[in-house]
Amino acid sequence: MADVLQAPEQAVGDETIVNDFQIIVATVNGTGSQTSNSLVIRSLFRMGIPVNGKNIFPSNIKGLQTWYTIRVSKDGYVARKEENQVLVAMNKSTIIEDIKQLPAGGVCLYDSGIRYEPTRDDILTYAMPVDDIMDQTDVKRSLRERVRNMVYVGALASLIGIELAEIEASLNAEFPGKQKVVDLNMSVIKLGHAYAEENYDRPSPFRVERMDETKGKLLMEGNAAAALGATFGGVQMLSWYPITPSSSVADNAMKYLSKFRIDKETGKASYAIIQAEDELAAIGMVLGAGWAGARAMTATSGPGISLMSEFAGMAYFAEIPSVIWNIQRVGPSTGLPTRTSQGDLLASYMLGHGDTQHICLLPANLKEAFEFGWRAFDIAERFQTLVFVLSDLDLGMNLWMTEPFDYPDEPMDRGKVLNAEQLNEHIKEYKRWGRYHDVDGDGIGYRALPGTPHPQAAYFTRGTGHDEWAVYSENSDVWVENLTRLTNKIAGSRDKLPQPIVETVDAADFGVIAFGTVDPAVVEARDRLAAHDKTFDYMRVRALPLSPAVREFIEAHDTVYVVENNFDGQLAKIIIMDYPELATRLKSIAYLDGLPFTAKFIVDSIMEHE
Amino acid sequence: MAKTNTLDLTKNDYKGRPSTLCPGCGHNAISNQIISTAYDMAIEPHRVIKLSGIGCSSKSPAYFLGRSHGFNALHGRMPSVGTGAMAVNRSLIAIGVSGDGDTGSIGMGQFKHVMRRNVPMVYIIENNGVYGLTKGQHSATQDEGVPQKYYGINEYPAVDIALEAIVGGASFVARSFSGSPREVQALLSAAIRHNGLAVLDIISPCVAFNDTDASTKSYSYVRENLDVLHEVEFVGYVPQAENIEIDERTYERQGEILVEMHDGSRVVLKRVDEDSYDPTNRHEAIRQVEEARRSNKILTGLLYFEPERRTLHDVENLIDTPLVDLGEDVLRPSKEALDEIMQEMMI
Repeated sequence: MADVLQAPEQAVGDETIVNDFQIIVATVNGTGSQTSNSLVIRSLFRMGIPVNGKNIFPSNIKGLQTWYTIRVSKDGYVARKEENQVLVAMNKSTIIEDIKQLPAGGVCLYDSGIRYEPTRDDILTYAMPVDDIMDQTDVKRSLRERVRNMVYVGALASLIGIELAEIEASLNAEFPGKQKVVDLNMSVIKLGHAYAEENYDRPSPFRVERMDETKGKLLMEGNAAAALGATFGGVQMLSWYPITPSSSVADNAMKYLSKFRIDKETGKASYAIIQAEDELAAIGMVLGAGWAGARAMTATSGPGISLMSEFAGMAYFAEIPSVIWNIQRVGPSTGLPTRTSQGDLLASYMLGHGDTQHICLLPANLKEAFEFGWRAFDIAERFQTLVFVLSDLDLGMNLWMTEPFDYPDEPMDRGKVLNAEQLNEHIKEYKRWGRYHDVDGDGIGYRALPGTPHPQAAYFTRGTGHDEWAVYSENSDVWVENLTRLTNKIAGSRDKLPQPIVETVDAADFGVIAFGTVDPAVVEARDRLAAHDKTFDYMRVRALPLSPAVREFIEAHDTVYVVENNFDGQLAKIIIMDYPELATRLKSIAYLDGLPFTAKFIVDSIMEHE
Repeated sequence: MAKTNTLDLTKNDYKGRPSTLCPGCGHNAISNQIISTAYDMAIEPHRVIKLSGIGCSSKSPAYFLGRSHGFNALHGRMPSVGTGAMAVNRSLIAIGVSGDGDTGSIGMGQFKHVMRRNVPMVYIIENNGVYGLTKGQHSATQDEGVPQKYYGINEYPAVDIALEAIVGGASFVARSFSGSPREVQALLSAAIRHNGLAVLDIISPCVAFNDTDASTKSYSYVRENLDVLHEVEFVGYVPQAENIEIDERTYERQGEILVEMHDGSRVVLKRVDEDSYDPTNRHEAIRQVEEARRSNKILTGLLYFEPERRTLHDVENLIDTPLVDLGEDVLRPSKEALDEIMQEMMI
């Protein structure tokens, strides 16, 4: 029996498109669809096909619509595409809209139990009687809802050509040692697969075929990479308050630290992970630990950042090494709590009242999430200040392909810390030690930690005005001197932070500057624009304050597009603050709708000007 | 030659900078009692960290133990800073100083949670019922009906810090009066020796804004309405010479309650009337504090003591070495460890 209701006349031509399309799975959240979707991704990955998944989920535990896009790209593109060619429709409340979104020639695999008959004749439709198929199994009623999504995994596998053996291997990887779970899921997948094999006469024009492009790579979420990086950065204290999309940073830190940092003899921990009562307490603990000489961090998102504002200002002014991972989501306010954004750039950079500036690291991929995970501590201790790492929901919570991470290539930099003996030497050389006394001319004083057995090691840490000896002062000259030193200290980091990545071409038509997770879309846009005979040099900024290289890059181009996933063009504004004389060369491509950037949007936006 | 303690330090070595608080402020007396206590106990100054929030009380750590590190944090946020510092360096002795605004209002949340976590630290509340630095607003511990020059009569019921502490799960709760130096010092000594969070609610009159006839936190009112639960004496470490077989940390002997601290030092609670008071009875502690509150009395002494509660360090299962003393060899896992994880995740 053919389930293709009406074969479209031309849209589905003879052409088969291999390894270059996007699947969208529409489900109800809380039904285990995350597992089935990651199974599809992992299986494609195991077939050597470049793949990326993006979860577009609601702020809800159970019962609301959720979508998952899975892009396969023989060319290795991992940005979101605007169009989805293959729809898996499992959600009756969105199926009408979901089908409307399909382009002509698209494929719709749908749960026919929904009792909705797709009427479009320009798409291919394949019905899955999910409940009927489930009736053939002996799956317990209580488990049925969580397993029924496996029907579409099987049917989709048959339809587009995912190998069952790789699905089984992925299941084993997902549930190691849980043979019963694997068997149960696999039995349902096989039924879905068999149904499709038997009933779908018309082949899908979108197919996958084995490649060899993922060998030596792995799939991971950014928050796991961040936690692993922090682990290899020697984190000693992590305090946090649960908030989407950052919570899995702490979850993964628990996993990795309990693996690597439990003393073998005593079974005791060389780290503390403390779930705080709120974000104020989380950052307070980080500052207390940083002040005491430990590597301490927290992970949070927008609303948490707002609450941490006062302590952030104190970390800057009292010069306390500390690290905040900001997994950005859409604000202002509670905003779109489960959607991605780069909207906290300005807020993080200047968090706190008064004249404040924080070093910000801007990872764009998993390798950087890992690297900045450890390097953030080195930078925080070297510059004795708060360091933000600005990731986002897209990087943090989605599965990305990556090369394996490189082990830190330099020893931990604990910055300028004096023990009792060194303190004696210091006093011999400079007559006196002062916590904020700048003897090296880089604006960075020497720390003596609490507990240092030396009668002159103690000093008073405060957020009030203080002189270089850490003594309270309301003197205007002292204030100006101190703030000048702080400004110079942070400015001194410009060429010592992760420098921008620059990719140039011969005779570029213009330049593009971006940061973070818009990177994959920019890379794809570059190739697409080449088809329009437009080429550009690309600079990806990786830290604030900006590297001096940014100025050089802009000066070398008449036009520079600044691409970012926020509404106000925050990076463009920061560039203009630093280099107002170059402002007229900049064109801002700033957009935020809660979804990851697409190459199409960048191409269209640039072509409006070019 | 000035007198020295067993560390060969003089009392001067325990002093801080000159106080900038008002002459006669109860907080100055408490600073002096901290100095005397640390000197008498021969505490190594470098092992102490002083922590505070914001307000008159929180300025005072600058005025004692000048050889100890200090952290004047944010309003109401001293507990989190202390938690972080003590989590990573368990060899330190933390003395936190807060006020009634800092603890009873803006910092109520952190106050409650630092008690839940039983962070080993002394948490002193210099309690005067008013905001001094902002010139005399009622604080949350001001008793109902007490007037203020600009802010009128306080119409809201008072927060009882000691009651909040007992209910909140503090493992050591005491109340005293800045004008009772012997009692403050005895309780402070015991609090320093306590392995857990010790709350000291010390009524400390504000001479500028709340020392009026109508105030229940004036010197004269407090003196007249003290209800001393027992006479507290800190006797320090006592070897087990009396052949008393005890499992309990607290026991009664000839009308005195003896409380043994974590390190073997002892506090003797001498009976002041017929009834002896067992500080390990939480229910009774709540009753006593509540009764005193109803009769507008200031009940002082060791109100509650729970010797065996697990501390933050126990719950976090921390190694004995302070985390800050660990080197890169412990903190950074090996290259092989990373390669292994990467290998596991690869196909």
